[in-house]
Amino acid sequence: MTLLATRGLTRRYAGLVAVDQVELDVPEGGVHAVIGPNGAGKTTLFNLISGLTMPSAGSISLSGQDITHLPSDRRARLGMARTFQNIRVFAAMTVLENALAGLHPRLTASLPAIVARLPGFRREERSAVARAREALSLVGLLAHADDRAGSLSYGDQRRLEIARAMAGHPRLLLLDEPAAGMNPAETMALDVLIRRIVGAGTTVLLVEHDMAFIMGLSNSVTVLNFGRRIFTGAPDDARRDAGVVAAYLGVKMAARLAARRG
Amino acid sequence: MPGWLDRAWLEDLFWTYQNVVTALGVNGLLALSMYVVLAAGQLSLGQAAFMGLGAYSSTLLTLKFGWPFWAVLPLSCVTPVAFALAVGGPTLRLSGVYLAIATIGLGEVLRAVYLNVDALGGALGLSGIPEQAPAWLIYLLLFAATMVLWRIARSGVGRAMEAMRQDATAAQAMGVNVRRYRLGVLVASAVLAGLAGALSAHATAFIGPNDYGFEPAVTILSFALLGGIGSPLAPVLGAWVLTLLPEALRGLADLRLVLNGVVIVLAVLFLPRGLLAWRMPRIGA
Repeated sequence: MTLLATRGLTRRYAGLVAVDQVELDVPEGGVHAVIGPNGAGKTTLFNLISGLTMPSAGSISLSGQDITHLPSDRRARLGMARTFQNIRVFAAMTVLENALAGLHPRLTASLPAIVARLPGFRREERSAVARAREALSLVGLLAHADDRAGSLSYGDQRRLEIARAMAGHPRLLLLDEPAAGMNPAETMALDVLIRRIVGAGTTVLLVEHDMAFIMGLSNSVTVLNFGRRIFTGAPDDARRDAGVVAAYLGVKMAARLAARRG
Repeated sequence: MPGWLDRAWLEDLFWTYQNVVTALGVNGLLALSMYVVLAAGQLSLGQAAFMGLGAYSSTLLTLKFGWPFWAVLPLSCVTPVAFALAVGGPTLRLSGVYLAIATIGLGEVLRAVYLNVDALGGALGLSGIPEQAPAWLIYLLLFAATMVLWRIARSGVGRAMEAMRQDATAAQAMGVNVRRYRLGVLVASAVLAGLAGALSAHATAFIGPNDYGFEPAVTILSFALLGGIGSPLAPVLGAWVLTLLPEALRGLADLRLVLNGVVIVLAVLFLPRGLLAWRMPRIGA
């Protein structure tokens, strides 16, 4: 079943089409990657899907429901969560409070119930803390629960973003360059973490630069170049696709490589 | 009998004392009115304007219609809240200094209205308001408001407010309805400032158009600036220090305004998180 689908999705900026008629079908379950050279429109596509940017044309649907014009908070409520390429944890809040922020759509206590500290509010808050701690233990940050988020290392802040996104058990998790700036050991740990997330029933859509990281991990790959989709299919086929190789290496280089092989 | 027990002297002392007591309570409420928008990352400076609306509308109900104070006080929030909702829509998209300028503009427009409408007393303001707001009521409301804001801070709502203060885009992507929250804090701010306006009008017996213009707007901002916004207690502390400081420096006459300014500048430079930098936890379990 298709979880996320885009049809003719387009985003124009003055003098530039960042995302051009992109068709994307993300089935339920597994890892799906969007790759492409710098400036291919990957992050714009992600911002369109999560609702940070509104499309110039085309449509987006989640589980068959049209979400093209919904603001990002409504999409979050429908079970979509994301991380950011340039880390955006709430630095002044504690690690636990960050994870709790990811549970925001799940909280239903009314203002009077909060002010009167009614049993319903207390119960909900306790169970939210339990779930937030669960999300922190998923990424291995439980020991840092009471630390200021801004005091964490770069890699830990990336993992905190994943915990924050996962706290509400989303159906679709969008990871924007999760391996950026990570060393090989951290990348390997990230691979394990993403597999665990998928195992728990969340579908992962990720944008990545790192081809090697994508190849072993993802079930399908979509390649963008200059805002256009130039390939969709299995990761191994992407590596052999002449168009994809040309996009990454440049046409001349790709031709020379092909000549040497042939 | 010693001279200092002279009846007139005692009355004089009580008179002065009474004014400071009222000012501490009212300014505490105004500081909370500032805090609630700043805590959600909105630099909205309409607090003095909201206070003026509360003061003028409650005074009119008392003086022209003769309504009892217990009915006037809750109604004093109605006009400020109506204005908050009206200006909220168009200004919510603004942030930072643009929002500050727009909300200061609201205050100046209202000041011009008070000055030019005869029924509102013009430049002379309105006087002879019965002193029906006792100090205990002002402090009861200040305590209740602090309590309510304290409890809200320690809940999902408080976390959402702090999250959007730090990164509104990320907060919205986490599911926070940023627009609704911005409108919500503006309305809460209007309620608190409106109450403060009605209480001060009915405690000091006089209101005038210049009590609610640009200068008071900045003074209210400096309450939160000096105290901090790590918890609702911080801005109240800031308001108290800035209310007591001029009293303590009274002997210095004209110099006290200078010293007042120096204290604020020093606080901004050396205490960027305010006098009470402690950040309260945002978890209610």
